[in-house]
Amino acid sequence: MLHWPLYITFLGLLLLLLLPSRAGAGAARIVALAVSLAGLLVGLMAALRFDPHAGMVTLVNAQWIQWPAFRFHLAADGITVVMVLLTGIAAVAGVLFSWNIEHRTREYFAFYLTLIGAVYGVFLSVDLFLLFVFYELAIVPKYFLIALWGSTRKTYGAMKLALYSFVGSAMVLIALLATYVMSGITAPSTNASAGAIASFNLLDLARHSFPHDFQLWAFPLMFVGFAILGGLWPFHSWAPTGHVAAPTAASMLLAGVIMKLGAYGALRVAMTLFPAGLIHWQMPLAWLAVIGIVYGALAALVQNDFKFVIGYSSVSHMGFVMLGLMTLTTVGLHGAILQMFSHGIIAGLLFGVVGRMVYDRAHTRELDALEGLKLARALPFAAFTFVVAGAASMGLPGFSGFVAELQVIIGAWKAFPAMTLVVGAGIIIGVAYTWRALHKAFFSDHNSSPPHHDALPPITWPEKAGAILLMLCTLAVGLYPRILLDWIIPALDSPLFAGLQKVIGP
Amino acid sequence: MNEVDFIGVFKVLLPEAVLTITALLVLMLDFTAGQDHPLANRMRMAGFMTALGCVAAVGVIWGFPPVAVSNVPLIEINAHIQHYKIALLIITLAVALLAIETDFTTHVGEYFALLLFATIGFLLLVSANNLLLLFIALELASLSLYLLTALDKQRPQSAEAGLKYFLFGGMAAACLLFGLSIFYGVSGHFYSADVGQHLPRGPLPVDPLMAVAMVLVLGGFAFKIAVVPFHLWAPDAYQGAPAPSAAVVASGSKVASFIALFGLVFAAMGPLGGNAHWSQFAAGWKPLLALMAALSMVWGNLAALIQNNVRRLLAYSAIAHSGYAVLAILTQQQAALAYYVITYSLAIVGAFGVIAIVERASGGAELAHFNGLARRSPLLAGALMIFLLSLAGIPPLAGFFGKFYIFLEALRDGPTRAGQPTMGLLYMVVLAIVMSTVSLYYYLQVLKRTHTTEPDKNAAPLPLTLGTWVTALLAAAVILLGCFPDWLLKWFR
Repeated sequence: MLHWPLYITFLGLLLLLLLPSRAGAGAARIVALAVSLAGLLVGLMAALRFDPHAGMVTLVNAQWIQWPAFRFHLAADGITVVMVLLTGIAAVAGVLFSWNIEHRTREYFAFYLTLIGAVYGVFLSVDLFLLFVFYELAIVPKYFLIALWGSTRKTYGAMKLALYSFVGSAMVLIALLATYVMSGITAPSTNASAGAIASFNLLDLARHSFPHDFQLWAFPLMFVGFAILGGLWPFHSWAPTGHVAAPTAASMLLAGVIMKLGAYGALRVAMTLFPAGLIHWQMPLAWLAVIGIVYGALAALVQNDFKFVIGYSSVSHMGFVMLGLMTLTTVGLHGAILQMFSHGIIAGLLFGVVGRMVYDRAHTRELDALEGLKLARALPFAAFTFVVAGAASMGLPGFSGFVAELQVIIGAWKAFPAMTLVVGAGIIIGVAYTWRALHKAFFSDHNSSPPHHDALPPITWPEKAGAILLMLCTLAVGLYPRILLDWIIPALDSPLFAGLQKVIGP
Repeated sequence: MNEVDFIGVFKVLLPEAVLTITALLVLMLDFTAGQDHPLANRMRMAGFMTALGCVAAVGVIWGFPPVAVSNVPLIEINAHIQHYKIALLIITLAVALLAIETDFTTHVGEYFALLLFATIGFLLLVSANNLLLLFIALELASLSLYLLTALDKQRPQSAEAGLKYFLFGGMAAACLLFGLSIFYGVSGHFYSADVGQHLPRGPLPVDPLMAVAMVLVLGGFAFKIAVVPFHLWAPDAYQGAPAPSAAVVASGSKVASFIALFGLVFAAMGPLGGNAHWSQFAAGWKPLLALMAALSMVWGNLAALIQNNVRRLLAYSAIAHSGYAVLAILTQQQAALAYYVITYSLAIVGAFGVIAIVERASGGAELAHFNGLARRSPLLAGALMIFLLSLAGIPPLAGFFGKFYIFLEALRDGPTRAGQPTMGLLYMVVLAIVMSTVSLYYYLQVLKRTHTTEPDKNAAPLPLTLGTWVTALLAAAVILLGCFPDWLLKWFR
């Protein structure tokens, strides 16, 4: 049942396209909200019934293409459950935060639902061809969402994002094809025809041990290909410009789930298939992750555009995910997956406040200009939300960011203590930039221009609903992280990760 | 050879006969009854008759499969070839329907008759199993295409395109014929399979004459499929020709030439293959094809980046796509080649269908003429998006699976060393994938115009016409074949 959100989303897309054109914007909104809510609720129900100790559970496995032998194979383990839930939450919040889209509403939600459907598809696929199809399918709607409904340098940001994504998937594609061919010919039962052995099924490929010298080049190719979308420094530069140019809901999705696609692919495919390559490249990649943490935080510290602050903070937080993966310790991996969820929620919240609540009302994102507006008094709910989101983003105890980043740091401390000191500096800078943005935007005493409260329309119910949903999620995970860890921990012990298990420490 | 079975010949050539009769009927009706009618009616009559002829020919292929035909000289027939013919007929059918709405010429009968003659050439080309019929079929198709290109007499560009196409084509035909005659002279046979068996074996340059003949033949075909460095005619021909003619040049002609080239190199020139695998290069047609494919992918994609005219852009992208298709030839997998060129043809015919409609409504095919197409005709803009994204290789469209399959077969090609595949064509695959990321940029440039730019103030919405529906059907085919590649692949396994 966990795969139903995928079907629901694409059926919803079809319904949206078939709406008569006189139905107007309201109908499109309601369809989009209903579809994403249905996806979330069905996903949640399936998640509650899901047995995390069952390992990889096949949901559907149907013949698709006879030769080359590709199957429509969807399966789930605990990590999938977490990611599907994240996608559902982000989708609902995104629809709520785009309630004010009046320009070509139906097309907007059509692209939006395509994107959500593709994301569900990536998380649920275990046939790597299918996974790749969904992975690439996600590129085009992103482009149009930004180019059509975006702001600041939108065509530039959209094209940059599309090309970066496409380059990343090209790298993944080369590595995937090579993997397929390697697995086909070196399989033990060489008496059958090559077609019968070669497989794109992750479960089969994970059992196969690839030659060492092959892993040495295939692993970095595939890992970096995925990690480009995950915002790995120095391939991150699409992220700030893309986030800033995107409309609010697209920023929320980009930071919330699209970047997770990259991290998920890096873990699920690259690290699972090529443990030997992973060991070899562990240190360089870990350093890239640490540089990303510090660089992203430093860059966020000096931005004057409010959205760029959040954009660079995403790079910094995704650095924690990458670092957690590279620690190769159990606790670090748990932290990385938790951080994927946590950052998805928090980034959605931050972009919601900045892009929708503030920018759509004040029509400026310059921190200097916002200083004079006294937003804390004009928009108390926005200020409250940002305080919560900022606290979660800084990693204050009680919020999801704390548990996740703590685990990553414990893992990093075990693996490379010296590096952890640098990460500590990154965290302190993280506090500084969040504090700076919070102060300048909402609580400044600066009195350069006369305050004009009444000019700002009040926060509407969809925004409140979306913000409350996201805040509840980050609090729940922060206070009781086991609701997610109970899914994550058994998943990493499953036989799928057997190759990975051999190389990771406690 | 035994007694020739003339009934068998007739059975085998039935689809071609149907097309010939249709062509003559179209000519006759247009010259007699048609002269009193307005142009639009003549177009409609001739176009629908052409379409009907194609449907009838498909029906004949399906309805009367030539079972147990033997002793038919010159013509090869098997299930694959029948399926190629069906695909070619469907392409011509779509082109004919798209041509109905055009109004560039008053020579209606001639136009559709030439279209049918070209199609007959394509059908014969895919079923020729000997050097002679191969050449004649190629010339039948080419001569018809030259005329189709130049038939828009009001525009000098059309004449220029036709002349360029003809001059280059004439040279290429001469080269091809010379090369084929050398093969005939050396081997003493003119059936492709016999030629292959009687050529001197061994590494090239076993005989300089063989090298000369091989280069001449490849050059002749390289012109037809427009690969670098024999591509110079393509951008001008695509730009100057009437839109339906450009669609045929880009689709049916490509499919037939690629299939014929595939048959020729493996049957007649098999011993001269050489090796195109990395670090095992050996002289022959394989490295030559690999070189031309690499040049085409690089040059086609890079040159397309700076085009302002959508037709020229598609021409350069077509050059790049020929590069991918040549890579498919190197893999020896006919199914990969067939799937790729057929789905490519559907997309390019559809794209030219959209271009034809936009040109009639806005007066040109510059990028600016496509501004705001999504507001003027959502269906047309949606179809164009499907075609261009398919050409760019975005799943789940047909172009994606086509490329994926070619790359897969290219990597599988070759021997294993110590139990591991050598992946000798990896360098070609990497180049192809890198260049296809470049291609996304220029396709998105067009889609940016259609979907994000606002239309001009005075631009009216476009009406739903026959052409719109044909392009919509083609778009549906591109999506469906992309989601279910088996529907087409099973024809060629």
